[in-house]
Amino acid sequence: MTSLLNYAIPGLPFGCIYALVAVGLVLTYRSSGVFNLAFGAQAYISAAVFYDTAGTHHWPTWVAFVFSVLVVGPLVGLILDRAIFRYLRTASATVKLIAATGLLVGIPALIQALWFGTKSKLRPPAVGPNPEHFYKWHSYGIDSNQVAVVIATILVVVGLGFLFRSTAFGLRMRAVVESPRLLQLQGINAERVATSAWVLSSVLAALAGVLLAPLYARVDTTNFTVLMVAAIAAAVLGGLRSLPLTLLGGIILGVGQEVLTKYLPLGNVLVKGFRPSVPFILLMALLLFRPGLRKPDVADPLAGVSPPPPPLAASLRDERLERLNRVMFPTFVVAFLAVSLFVLPSYWLFLVTQGIIMSVIFLSYTVVMGMAGQVSLCQATFAGFGALTTAQLATNHGVPVLLAMVVGAAVAALVGIVVALPALRLGGLYLALATFAFALMVDNLVFPQTWAGNGQSGVAVPRPQLGPIDFTANRAFFLLAMAIFAVCALVVVFVRRGTTGQRLAAIRGSQVAAETVGIDPRRAKIVAFALSAAIAGLGGALLGSLQGTVSGDNFNYSYSLFWLVLVVTTGVRTVEGAVNAGMALVFVPEFLHHLPGRWANLEYVLFGFGAINYAKHPEGAVEYGKRRSIERVVGWRRRRELRATSELGSERMPDEDERAGVSA
Amino acid sequence: MTPALLEATGVSKRFGGVLALDDVSIDVGEAEAVGLVGPNGAGKTTFFNCLLGLLRPDAGRVTFKGHDLARMSIHRRARLGIGRTFQRVELFGGLTVGDHLLIAERARTSRGGLLADMVGGGRPTDEERHRAAAILELVGLGGMAGVPVEALSLGHARLLELGRALITDPDLLLLDEPSSGLDRVEALALAAVLRSTQQERHTAVLLVEHDLEMVRRVVSRLFVLDFGSVLASGPVEEVLGDDRVRHAYLGRGVA
Repeated sequence: MTSLLNYAIPGLPFGCIYALVAVGLVLTYRSSGVFNLAFGAQAYISAAVFYDTAGTHHWPTWVAFVFSVLVVGPLVGLILDRAIFRYLRTASATVKLIAATGLLVGIPALIQALWFGTKSKLRPPAVGPNPEHFYKWHSYGIDSNQVAVVIATILVVVGLGFLFRSTAFGLRMRAVVESPRLLQLQGINAERVATSAWVLSSVLAALAGVLLAPLYARVDTTNFTVLMVAAIAAAVLGGLRSLPLTLLGGIILGVGQEVLTKYLPLGNVLVKGFRPSVPFILLMALLLFRPGLRKPDVADPLAGVSPPPPPLAASLRDERLERLNRVMFPTFVVAFLAVSLFVLPSYWLFLVTQGIIMSVIFLSYTVVMGMAGQVSLCQATFAGFGALTTAQLATNHGVPVLLAMVVGAAVAALVGIVVALPALRLGGLYLALATFAFALMVDNLVFPQTWAGNGQSGVAVPRPQLGPIDFTANRAFFLLAMAIFAVCALVVVFVRRGTTGQRLAAIRGSQVAAETVGIDPRRAKIVAFALSAAIAGLGGALLGSLQGTVSGDNFNYSYSLFWLVLVVTTGVRTVEGAVNAGMALVFVPEFLHHLPGRWANLEYVLFGFGAINYAKHPEGAVEYGKRRSIERVVGWRRRRELRATSELGSERMPDEDERAGVSA
Repeated sequence: MTPALLEATGVSKRFGGVLALDDVSIDVGEAEAVGLVGPNGAGKTTFFNCLLGLLRPDAGRVTFKGHDLARMSIHRRARLGIGRTFQRVELFGGLTVGDHLLIAERARTSRGGLLADMVGGGRPTDEERHRAAAILELVGLGGMAGVPVEALSLGHARLLELGRALITDPDLLLLDEPSSGLDRVEALALAAVLRSTQQERHTAVLLVEHDLEMVRRVVSRLFVLDFGSVLASGPVEEVLGDDRVRHAYLGRGVA
């Protein structure tokens, strides 16, 4: 018992912080329908501000604390709500989730670029007295910093309890949690309540950030992601609704994680990965087995009826443009191939090849998001399964590389099915969270193993050989990548036009109606997941072969997030969007590279904030631009014809050609 | 007597203290048009949802062609031959009228799969297009295949829902207040289509409806629900002539 408490006590402050963040998550989710994945990023802002003021500029601790928690914290919440989430109130859950994911990627990079720098800062100043005290009672010990965390949490919980139970504001907040619409009908400004909830939850984020940093002894973005997962698990335990259960969940998780250490044998790689992945495993288990989540309650009754996506620009194209396109497209492809093969120096050819391979991976988003409408936060994990399977088979088992790639894609597809099978029952937000937990779990438990990614050193992936053709040379490999991309792109286009794509479109239009004509929505979505994972796996295998070696680090969860916001920015519904994302991923950093050091991660800012644009243009920037230019050309032609006909004195209006284009 | 196509026996459903359905039994025979009417709050919608599997009855049994429907998923019921339309129109947003029918037709035949799609074999065949065109003609939407559904009026949207259900060759059509929100002309057009499909295609119909005019035009047999139990049943005119039914409809309740 004694020794158990010795483990439990250091877990308590962690539990308190998980609880704080989880309560903040539930607050914003309930009051504005946003599941704020960027909460960890908000915590990071205040941790950075506190580090800078108290540590670097030697402000008195309490001034720095008040500034970072009570000034910066609420300000961030206010800005996020007023500048972004206010406009997303009636948007679908998917749109809100993507906006939050964009912030999760963009905010830390922005902070680093603005002034904080990309290196993780060690030994952040503590909130408690300096130098810290160490209290001892029998064999139990606790330091002043940990005490400060516990005291702060108790104060917050008591304060929130008072706010919710005994003030008019608290009553409104509780009411908005139940139904914002009913509150509006009572003549209360639910909008203002939602903003207040954002500000309040942002203070919690700031507090958590400032308190957490000393516990990990560093200010670093990864810690805040782990924090997020633990908090999400606690929030899910509370059903994204009950605050007491959420608090309890956070504390149990923090304490449980430490206590578990006592019972796990030391030294084993699996165990080393297991301890930090407890939150992910727990989140996964909760998502799968917690009763009451099966029918996800929608906060806003309008959330289910997201407007249909606009038709693809291709359907607007008129005949003359079509003809022009038929000539332009092959010309462009031939020119691209010729320049890549004969003009580009080998470094640039390498980059172009990488861009093509990334385009293959981005096609996997076209399937799962563009067609099936599901948010997957583990596409990089699928790519990793494909790459590592290929590497292991080819290097350690002597399987021909091309065959190994096919097996890798198949393995990725299987993994996709295994993830989708249980998670699809939950749908929407929970599916996204399950994929997030899955990605982190695999990063910690599977990829580091010697039989998988072999830790930091990785596994070699040779270039393939097909009979007499050797793809070792960069030019030959470029052609192979092009060929595989072309096949994948064709498959995606065919599937979108075919039965599977039409079924998925029907399900997105109205799931219940699709079921009543005999479509099994789960099966259709699982097919989409499998195909998407297979494409990602194939792309991952190619990427590995291009690089020569792969390790799990090449495919960790952060890539899944970044790739998502990137492809959402360029366009998730079309092949062109995927190609643009692939090229942008490779070439934008190449150009940003010339900027001074701390701007190095600017692409994260660019695409993180770009993803918020998804709310307005779900078809992506590329598709939007294309539609605009086609409309402009068609309009110009129309005006010209109109002028011509009016000069002839004719009454005929050339208005039929576009409708015909739509129906084709 | 041959067993009925759809048979609901002793269906009861309780919400807290309210007995929404009390031992309701209804049957629909092959190719028969049956109506289910009742004043507001009579339990029509609750009963309908029990039939559709959206609610699970506390007691009773619902069978279709002898299969118990209790634990059957919605798409399996559809495959078994139950088609339906919705009170609040449910169309596939973003698709055209023609797409709706082609998707439903594919669902009926189970043609096409991922592998066929991947090599470009997923496009609709001529036969499928002909069937879709024929159904559109039948429901009075001929020539509108290329129209996006967002552009449809409510009347046309309901006709499209009907067409989408009909192309799956259902043996039974469940219609949930198809006339709600329609003007008189649209409602009459819908009734005419229903009448002719029922007679020509021998599709059984269960019509839940407020509008007695519509009921008279479409169905031959009628059940009246009131306060969760069957108040009267039998041939339409006979039932509508019943004093108790008239009282229930005039809002005086059951004496």
